[in-house]
Amino acid sequence: MKPRDLGVRFAEADARERLRAIADVGTFRELAGPFARLTSPHLAAQGLVAQSDDGVVVGRGRLDGADVALAAMTGEFLGGSLGEVGGAKIAAVLERAVNGAVLVLDSGGIRLQEANLGILAVAEICDAIVALRERAPVIAVVAGRVGDYGGMAIALTLCSHIVTSEVARMGLNGPQVIEQEAGADEFDASNRVLIWRTTGGERRVTQGHADVLARDSCSEIAADVRRVFALPRNARRTSVERLRPIVDAAAATATITRHA
Amino acid sequence: MQEIIVERAGGESVLRRAHVGVVGSGNLEVLCEPPSTGGARIVVHTTVDGFEPIWRATLERFLANRPIAADFEINDFGATPATVTLRLEQVVELVLEPER
Repeated sequence: MKPRDLGVRFAEADARERLRAIADVGTFRELAGPFARLTSPHLAAQGLVAQSDDGVVVGRGRLDGADVALAAMTGEFLGGSLGEVGGAKIAAVLERAVNGAVLVLDSGGIRLQEANLGILAVAEICDAIVALRERAPVIAVVAGRVGDYGGMAIALTLCSHIVTSEVARMGLNGPQVIEQEAGADEFDASNRVLIWRTTGGERRVTQGHADVLARDSCSEIAADVRRVFALPRNARRTSVERLRPIVDAAAATATITRHA
Repeated sequence: MQEIIVERAGGESVLRRAHVGVVGSGNLEVLCEPPSTGGARIVVHTTVDGFEPIWRATLERFLANRPIAADFEINDFGATPATVTLRLEQVVELVLEPER
């Protein structure tokens, strides 16, 4: 049997291509794009060149006809870090969304160069996700090479559906941070097999931290996003609901030792 | 960080704008839009200082080959001259291609 043609790989596509691939054909409209030149005011002073979209692409588009908010991060720009401007763009489209949103996360976390402003941006995004998910699905797609770590991993756990692929990884602390803080015996950040076996997309779905394991293909991820978008309201899950079976299972098998 | 500006008079004005690339390691982004002056003007922001002669040679050759008038902005993160030329050609292809 001929293997199925996966078309354009999602991991190889850039942020705009990813959103164009997810939205109904020809419906993605970018807002505050590169020519708006909403760049970070903090980078030049630190000797870094700013990007015209601050590493974040936002806009509107349709998902099986429904008008939704769309946002995607650029993993290649400063490690997919979230700064003040990019964070404000994501929060702004989420706050204006009615029928739902798709967030394509490819982030190493908060941009260290922007420190507290990045943390505030994550708080605004989390606030907007929690408000929106009450009335509509907020779908996260983590299928890029950076994956999703740090502040935007916190935002990730609030989303009502998480679609991932075996290319991606996700966690609160990245492998290098764990190694730096706890030593290489605790976590060897050079061991790629270990990293993907513990934090890779496939593993996260097995663990129940993520919902859908998609193949690394623009068309398949677009189809998976539509599938979860059409799910009934009671299929939406938050981090607490995702973790409940894991905690319950652990509690059922745990033996409580009392010390006299 | 360094800013470099290269200009050339004349050329046929582009009517559209386009954006390509990313400010990632060994890469750059290029914004191209209709000219604010009578000719071509390229503004470069680069993290890597000290390569102005190479930038000028690369950009002047590009402008000599492409008789267009447009404003270009380059945000660079250590791209090689070959990558710079490819990105410039890519963005020009986008602004000149017929509307899809």
